[in-house]
Amino acid sequence: MSDKLKHQEGRRKERLDRGIKVRSDGVYAVSSWREMAFLVSPRLLLIVGLLAMPLAFMPLPYWQKVLSIICIYSLLAIGFDFLAHYVGLVSLGGALYIGAGAYISALLNTELGLPIWASIPLATVLGGGLCTLLLWPCLPLRGVYFAIVSLMFPLLAGRIIEALDVFGGTDGLIGLDGFPNVYAEQYVLIIALLLCLFGLRRLVNEDVGLVFRGVMDNDQAVKASGINITTYKALGVFIAASLGSLGGACLAHIYMWAGISQFALDFSIIPIAATVVGGGGTLVGPVIGCLILVPISELLRDFGTLRIAVYALILMGFIVFKSEGLMTFGARKYNQFEHWVEI
Amino acid sequence: MEIIIYGVINSVTLALMALGFTLVYGVSRLPNFAHGAFYVLAGYICWMLLNRLGLPYFLAGLIGLAVVGGVGAAMYHFILERIRGMAISEIIASYAIGLAILEGLRWGGLKGGTFILQPFVEGSVDILGVSVDYQRILVVVLGAALVGLLWLFVNQTKLGLALKGMAQDERAAMTLGIDSDKMAVVAMALGSVFAGVAALILLPMGSIVVEAGYHVLIMAVAVCIVGGLGSWTGAVLAAFVIGFAQILTVAYIGAHWQVVVALVAIIITLILRPSGIFGKQKELEERV
Amino acid sequence: MSAVNAQPAAQDQQPLLSVRGVNKTFGGVQALAEVSFDLMPGDILGVIGPNGSGKTTLVNAITGFIEVDSGTVTYQGKEITGLKPHKIADKGLTRTFQVMRPYYSLPAYKNLIVPLFSPRARRTGGWRGGGKMGSRDTVAVDILEEIGFERESYVPYKAASSLPTGYLKRLELARCLALRPEVVICDEVFSGLSMSEMASMVPLMEKLQMEGITLIMVEHRLRELFRLANRVLVLNFGAKICEGTPSEVMDNEQVKEAYFGSEEVYSYV
Repeated sequence: MSDKLKHQEGRRKERLDRGIKVRSDGVYAVSSWREMAFLVSPRLLLIVGLLAMPLAFMPLPYWQKVLSIICIYSLLAIGFDFLAHYVGLVSLGGALYIGAGAYISALLNTELGLPIWASIPLATVLGGGLCTLLLWPCLPLRGVYFAIVSLMFPLLAGRIIEALDVFGGTDGLIGLDGFPNVYAEQYVLIIALLLCLFGLRRLVNEDVGLVFRGVMDNDQAVKASGINITTYKALGVFIAASLGSLGGACLAHIYMWAGISQFALDFSIIPIAATVVGGGGTLVGPVIGCLILVPISELLRDFGTLRIAVYALILMGFIVFKSEGLMTFGARKYNQFEHWVEI
Repeated sequence: MEIIIYGVINSVTLALMALGFTLVYGVSRLPNFAHGAFYVLAGYICWMLLNRLGLPYFLAGLIGLAVVGGVGAAMYHFILERIRGMAISEIIASYAIGLAILEGLRWGGLKGGTFILQPFVEGSVDILGVSVDYQRILVVVLGAALVGLLWLFVNQTKLGLALKGMAQDERAAMTLGIDSDKMAVVAMALGSVFAGVAALILLPMGSIVVEAGYHVLIMAVAVCIVGGLGSWTGAVLAAFVIGFAQILTVAYIGAHWQVVVALVAIIITLILRPSGIFGKQKELEERV
Repeated sequence: MSAVNAQPAAQDQQPLLSVRGVNKTFGGVQALAEVSFDLMPGDILGVIGPNGSGKTTLVNAITGFIEVDSGTVTYQGKEITGLKPHKIADKGLTRTFQVMRPYYSLPAYKNLIVPLFSPRARRTGGWRGGGKMGSRDTVAVDILEEIGFERESYVPYKAASSLPTGYLKRLELARCLALRPEVVICDEVFSGLSMSEMASMVPLMEKLQMEGITLIMVEHRLRELFRLANRVLVLNFGAKICEGTPSEVMDNEQVKEAYFGSEEVYSYV
């Protein structure tokens, strides 16, 4: 609206790419400190910022816990973003991945007596595998089936566990080993998050990333190129589910408990909201979205389920009115000069 | 005998839940993930009017349906229309709306127990040695009537034919002067009203709870997938398949397993015949 | 199959691809009715027919994109009916699409990364996929140069969105060639091209034939097709009404009257 008015006044916004952005693929990026700083500083800000946070929150143990939760949601959210915007599958049931990771890690830890540093990685892989297996039947089909079936699993999983009274039934599995101390807990999560984030970013820009995008945009041509799209979809689901399971396994060990509430709706909806708010398809966006939404969620905890309604509304607002998300918006502002010119 | 009677009742219940969803999907290819929320919303509004304002049942129900229909149409017109064609955004946005309604109602104090709609008619009757209460019979009768009405509407009225035309080929329909956005709004309003009607008929058999929203969404989706997304006859048929499967499961395996039936049905369908019982080849090509 | 000797096949040779009695109906419409033909190694087989005669359905049926109701497709002596499209492409039977959907935002050569990533390309290409970053890029540019993207003018590096239709059609062909195929089914490569673009496409197809690739060309443009093809198959309402050399087909009364509408064939040719 306001843009339109200004346009009528006889001027328009002109955007110029910063030269460095255009050249950053080449060797020029290392030609001066200024240009290197331009490229490196946003990344450095994220890395150093995340690593410094546990120390910054030292006097506030409650918010240290929140930081761990932020990391878990972020893992789930970058998985969602990867799956939705690079493989073309919308997973409405992130809680399934969290729940699978939490229960598997809990079982490995309590039943087999595996130490925490073995149960978490194992749960990551096994949880990813289990979720992929469960979602396999809808992979050869197009998106909407996947959304529906992935929505059903976490809603049913809790009920099934309750009804059959397996894995501790409604009480859940208790007596898990916790992390040795609060710093180990947070740094394991933060480092895992950073590794996954930059790893995934690398992956989607490699050749295999193009295949994933082909599976999303133009599956016919990918099939005609002799590539089995189901395999790549399964691989994508495995990656996303593993990230979620990693988060779930850590969550179980943080609370030293795995239970039905780990299939709760929050785990499905916050990652989606964070991705939309942060900017879909950027992978960093979801992390930023989680950094914003999870603290809001904690502040709203007293209002019970209202917080879910709040994210749903935020989500809707962003998807309709600002669908590019904060990260894409920010990146554009960072990489371009904008100014008004008379016309 | 019990199995047959309760199977029929259960099947009609499922068909009622699914009709609105399949109507919207069939016409505008839009999976309305807010379907369950409309179901609960209709029941809630009706209860509020009934108990807070003391309106008569019939009027309260009618207003409830009108409001839900309006919400559905508004949701389409103001939100979904802007993001048509972006499958990811459509799914997420409609799901978000549904969540906002459901969790908002839960926060607003909607909990089990207190919110009970009275059955239209009390009492029960013995049919071939099985005791069935009148409300359940009413469900079957009204369900059958609704399916019949829908059929008449779609095949006999101009608006219905326009909807059918859009369901078959949106672009061709547009060239024939059918306003696809307007029709989609109509379809969404109708679909929401169907969700509301289902709520008014079914809710008196239990209490109004938020979980019902998710349950209805899941069952609607399950029925639609098994029947073939967008196929109305398929949905009715699938409702009977799943309905009887559930009753048989309860009777022979155990009530716990009832929740799994829908999921198993979906998975078997996806593996054996991804287009569903009544899915057409054309749709299969389009989607698979 | 010899790569150099691209003469039309002798009669006693084993057909590379043979289609037998293929049927397909779409909701009551007979899209393919008992279509049978053989494809000899080194041939260029033209498939013509009016709109809606089942040409693209035939392509889809052969390459597994739709399931046939009955009939068999045999390729290199093995039945491939009912196989998934990617399995068929993996055997070296590839196709182009009438509607091209490249990655518009990416440079042209990046569009070949996907086929070069496929198992077949890894097997036949002689390099082991992975390796150093950029190795696939080099191969992609080589393939594009071979198919007429002038390397000197940087066309392979231009964004696909800036390319004219002629280059997009070539890009679609290049996507097939990246698999080192034995058979390429071209679905209307000439449609939408200007006269000069078409004129440059003809030698390209001849070059592919010389390199030992067997071609099926589904076309509307009869003039160019009749110059290229050794055999032509005519479809009408899903049924094969005629098969033979281009001159036989042109002289066929049934083709002329029943389907081109008497004299009209000459206005096409």
